[in-house]
Amino acid sequence: MSTIVFIDTRGEKIPKAAQEAVTFASQLGGNVTAVTFGDGQALESLGAQGASKVIVARGVKVVEGQQLTKLVCDIAQKENANTIVCVNDATGKAVAPRVAARLKAGHVAGVTAMPEGGLFRRNVFSGKARAFVEVSSAVKVLSLSPNSIPVAKGDGTATVEDYSGDLGTARITVKEVRKAGSGIPLPEAERVVSAGRGLKGPENWAGVEELADILNAATACSRPVADMHWRPHHEHVGQTGVAIRPNLYIAIGISGAIQHLAGVNQSKVICVINNDPEAPFFKAADYGIVGDAFEVLPKLIEAAKKLNDER
Amino acid sequence: MKILVLLSQVPDTTARIAFTNDNTQYDASGVIFIVNPYDEWYALVRALELKEATGAGSVTTLTVGGADTDATIRKGLAIGADEAVRVDAQPTDAMQVAQQIAAYAKDKGFDLILAGKETIDHNGGQVGAMVAELLDLPYVPLASKLDVAGTAATVERDVPGGVEVLEVALPLVIGASKGMAEQRIPNMRGIMAARTKPLNVVPAAASEDVAKTVKFELPPAKGAVKMIPAEDAGQLIQLLHSEAKVI
Repeated sequence: MSTIVFIDTRGEKIPKAAQEAVTFASQLGGNVTAVTFGDGQALESLGAQGASKVIVARGVKVVEGQQLTKLVCDIAQKENANTIVCVNDATGKAVAPRVAARLKAGHVAGVTAMPEGGLFRRNVFSGKARAFVEVSSAVKVLSLSPNSIPVAKGDGTATVEDYSGDLGTARITVKEVRKAGSGIPLPEAERVVSAGRGLKGPENWAGVEELADILNAATACSRPVADMHWRPHHEHVGQTGVAIRPNLYIAIGISGAIQHLAGVNQSKVICVINNDPEAPFFKAADYGIVGDAFEVLPKLIEAAKKLNDER
Repeated sequence: MKILVLLSQVPDTTARIAFTNDNTQYDASGVIFIVNPYDEWYALVRALELKEATGAGSVTTLTVGGADTDATIRKGLAIGADEAVRVDAQPTDAMQVAQQIAAYAKDKGFDLILAGKETIDHNGGQVGAMVAELLDLPYVPLASKLDVAGTAATVERDVPGGVEVLEVALPLVIGASKGMAEQRIPNMRGIMAARTKPLNVVPAAASEDVAKTVKFELPPAKGAVKMIPAEDAGQLIQLLHSEAKVI
């Protein structure tokens, strides 16, 4: 059995989601070859998650779905791979379904656990239910949801090879990249501090940002807040925004409409702070505080600072 | 410009989620179905805006489904699409749906194929990319802005930590996400006009079944919420550290 893992390793550090995907692939069993592109550093360290070899197409710098599909399919064929693992993120979404269509392989988007009895688990109905998928094709394409499995830390080292094949001309050109602050990207954040209309105006977000900063968390918001342009759209979590599954989700001044819950109910621990004891969000919470956000937030910030100082 | 918009039918966002037949099927009894919000609010409305800006071209919607999707398809026409096509096949898997769409679209000369970034029921986000691969076209997922000048499109794509501005030659396939357009509510004139606009039903093409959902389950119920008095709010941080062990 041979498995290909396609990951995005651009930048100085190998993203956690990429390490999770390699871990997932090696736990499926068999030989694991990681495939990546761009300027990635320390790729041999993917051996710690079980990759025996990393093949890198240094010439491809951006997510060009067609070139990357060709890359993955070419290596899958050479390695005689029967499983191709991707990450269900912006890069994976541009490549994994294409690879599946090209190879006429069944694709499971957003796998959330190791397979059980040959079935792959994924979330459907925006996290309100789970589905178990059977893949009947000889080759399987599996896109793993970030934060689904713990990263393995072995002591292996992978060999690193440059890809030398021809991937054709890029049809997508990146003209500009606009960074949205230095914050942690929401979909892969382990902790998220989120706030809603209860904060009354965009000028009151300093406390939310401060708490997020101390907890090393990403900031998020509810749909009305994004619609009123208090916060950027990419911070909107919920059914029609980003769906997230962090270890910790703190919701301040968000009532918890069903559409919001759908995007966050996969979080491991949910804390709800709301001045309305009848807010539906409390029913989905692990911890709750009924109180005014402007009184509770300073107390949380103070306690979090104290905890950081003690560590 | 000739634009194709892929419309899916999904349960309403507030619909109860339950399953029948030994948890193998979604229980649709009493459920109201709507156009997938990403398809309607962003893909369709942006397609109409692009057509309006040039004053020429056409917007066609395409749905893979049975006759039970016709009311949903009419909604797209009421919002402003010129014509609708329904491929007469029950959707089973993204690959099967993509093969149906590609079979229809391959000789039609569409400059743009727009879909929502995902459906709110299956959340796969696969069909647009698969259609693009089957038609040998570029595909941009998670696109939050789309402009067309001549034969070139400028697309903004949401990526971790920011936004990429891309340039791509037409034709191409787009997965539309929030930000691309604002929802349009159909007016009475649109609803009346939709009744007489063409809804062409075409037979299903050959397709493959390579993946299948064999069962569903509801997530385990949450335990009781632990309430902390507001005056001791700092205690929450302690509990998150010592009890929940998440900070």
